[in-house]
Amino acid sequence: MLKKRITAIVVLLVGIALGWMVFRSQEANPPHFLARYPFRLGLDLSGGSHLIYEADVSQIPASQIDNSMASVRDVIERRVNAFGVSEPVVQVQNGGFGAVNTHQLSIELPGVTDITKAEEQIGQTPFLEFKVQSDKPMAPQNIVIGPDGKASTNIDVSNQFVSTGLNGKYLKQAQLVFAQGTNEPTVSLQFDSEGTKLFAQITKDNIGKVVAIYLDGQVISAPVVRDAITNGTAVISGSFTPEQARELVSSLNSGALPVPIHLISTETVGATLGSQAVHAGEMAAIIGFIIVGLFLLAWYRLPGLVAVIALALYVVITLALYKLIPVTLSAAGIAGFIISIGMAVDANILIFERAREERIRGRAIGEALSAGFQRAWTSIRDANISSIIIALILYFFGSSLIKGFALTFGLGVLISLLSAITITRLFLQALPTPKGNKSFIFSSGFTTKK
Amino acid sequence: MFVIKYKTLFISISAFFVAIAIVSLIAFGLPLGIDFKGGSALEVQYSGARPAIQTVNTAVANAGFDHTLVQPIGDQGYRIETATLTDAQRAQLVTVSGGTQTSFTSIGPSVGTELKHKAIASIILVLIAIILFVAYAFRKVSKPVSSWKYGLAVIIALMHDIIIPTGVFALLGHFMGAQVDTLFIVALLTTLGLSVADTIVVFDRIREHLKTKANMPFAQLVGESLSETFVRSINTSLVVLVVVLSLAIFGPATTQLFAIVLAVGMFFGTYSSIFLASPLLVVMEQSQKKKNK
Repeated sequence: MLKKRITAIVVLLVGIALGWMVFRSQEANPPHFLARYPFRLGLDLSGGSHLIYEADVSQIPASQIDNSMASVRDVIERRVNAFGVSEPVVQVQNGGFGAVNTHQLSIELPGVTDITKAEEQIGQTPFLEFKVQSDKPMAPQNIVIGPDGKASTNIDVSNQFVSTGLNGKYLKQAQLVFAQGTNEPTVSLQFDSEGTKLFAQITKDNIGKVVAIYLDGQVISAPVVRDAITNGTAVISGSFTPEQARELVSSLNSGALPVPIHLISTETVGATLGSQAVHAGEMAAIIGFIIVGLFLLAWYRLPGLVAVIALALYVVITLALYKLIPVTLSAAGIAGFIISIGMAVDANILIFERAREERIRGRAIGEALSAGFQRAWTSIRDANISSIIIALILYFFGSSLIKGFALTFGLGVLISLLSAITITRLFLQALPTPKGNKSFIFSSGFTTKK
Repeated sequence: MFVIKYKTLFISISAFFVAIAIVSLIAFGLPLGIDFKGGSALEVQYSGARPAIQTVNTAVANAGFDHTLVQPIGDQGYRIETATLTDAQRAQLVTVSGGTQTSFTSIGPSVGTELKHKAIASIILVLIAIILFVAYAFRKVSKPVSSWKYGLAVIIALMHDIIIPTGVFALLGHFMGAQVDTLFIVALLTTLGLSVADTIVVFDRIREHLKTKANMPFAQLVGESLSETFVRSINTSLVVLVVVLSLAIFGPATTQLFAIVLAVGMFFGTYSSIFLASPLLVVMEQSQKKKNK
């Protein structure tokens, strides 16, 4: 009994300390030493932009896709870092469903609410590709003679050139070079070691043929190969002005893409909207907690008070975990947390109701409570497993919005199992229980008879 | 237990609400939001009082934007939905609306389709996972009702829990312009989780009594299990309902509709675990008895 009481007091003190830390670590001005553990807020709450690009990987072999996507991520990340966003998150994600598999790049830019600039910067990333003439005969073309007697020049030559696998991924450096004699500005490309090998092979196989250099899907230069090039250097001479050549060089030097990408979805949230949502969320959580607490006190009396303390500990532990893991909180995530406050009480209600039945059957209060804990366990377990199944499915199936909810909801179910059973039991065992089986403070409901 | 005594009445009430939900679904359809069909949504705020909704509507239409839908958001803002916009069009729309942009979302049609498939798949997956789980949890129970019938009762209850909030949403969509978004699906799935938990608690009690009171008539046994778990079911649902309502009333605007759907779902979910799933078990047992005779 004494041991139980000491443990209960220790748990309570640890809870208070944890609560103090959670509270103090929010102090920003002046920054508390715990402030390095802030709540991590999602873009919808902190303000910022979220862009999703889809990569067109239809031209590259399946074995190269992951590799190329990683290279896309690195290139874009470098670009994003260059415009000074704090903590941007650039991730490759798989979209699509079933047989349709798409490869996406998700870019989160906290604090950036001017999406135009971000889009422009990312959109300028060049997509560089080397193609060679196809062996296949050109597809038959429909030439339409217009009413004016002239043939349309709309001839599709795109299938005349095929991808070689040599693309922006293998680019090491670009340089502005003025051609000897003509003084024409050209762009000299230096490949990395792998690219050098590839380029040597391509030029060797295509002597006397055209190797076309594509930039953003357009041919900018189509020289005829005279000899195998083994030093890994290619020159683009595309009748540039010196200004254009300089721009292209700087653009290529911050990275060129191995596959083309295009924007499929954007989201921008202003900072004020986010902070309003955070305040509203806090408000809803506090009011929800107070009403649940009052209900528990009124209905379950002393055990109710213990349940309220366990619930408070649940809240503190959960918030501390959000900071330590850290969990990125979105509006949906906060909703998951608030609902979990309600669900956290369920196990306690099950136990107390069971204990009441045992008491009605004539058991002494202490005995009835331990029987309540024991017998309620199977239903608590089975009921929570179903919630955990749902959280898991949501987490693995969902978009980032749903993931946020699934995480806080699932975490809530797990932690509340611990707090509602272990902590409540510890406290109830530490309290002195009356000998008989009738006691006002251990009864429940609105009558004292039962 | 009155629930078992008047089981036909309670099952009929469920059937009635399901019928109304299906009728409103057929009549009004389910309006899909841009999450699922693609498009752009712009939220603007006004520094003073916001202009009348017609003013904004006309201004936006005159500027040549297609498929627009203007809805008030908060006290000082509007949410304007359109077909997918380019960045220049977005800037134009902000100017036309006369407010300042607080948020902008643009979703490509392919993303929407993908999300729709995922949403349907996750609902089906959740249903399958729950039947399997219930059938497993009650695998040792076979008399007088076989274990898969517990699963069946749970599934009927769950269909009821999905169809009614969806029907309510069709009404909300028709009369208040609400649209189905990702959070709606989350609300449905969460409802399923909570409702199944409730039902399992009652079934768990039936399972326990079947071991100790094997001679009691099944209907009476189910009735006793129900009355023993009644207070708990009501109290738990009440507590969750309180936090969900607090989320709906005080919480962020983005999750308001979510909380309302969840509240409706919680209410009917609790109803189904008490007044539908267990009475159904009794009905199944009785029809089985008749067959055996």
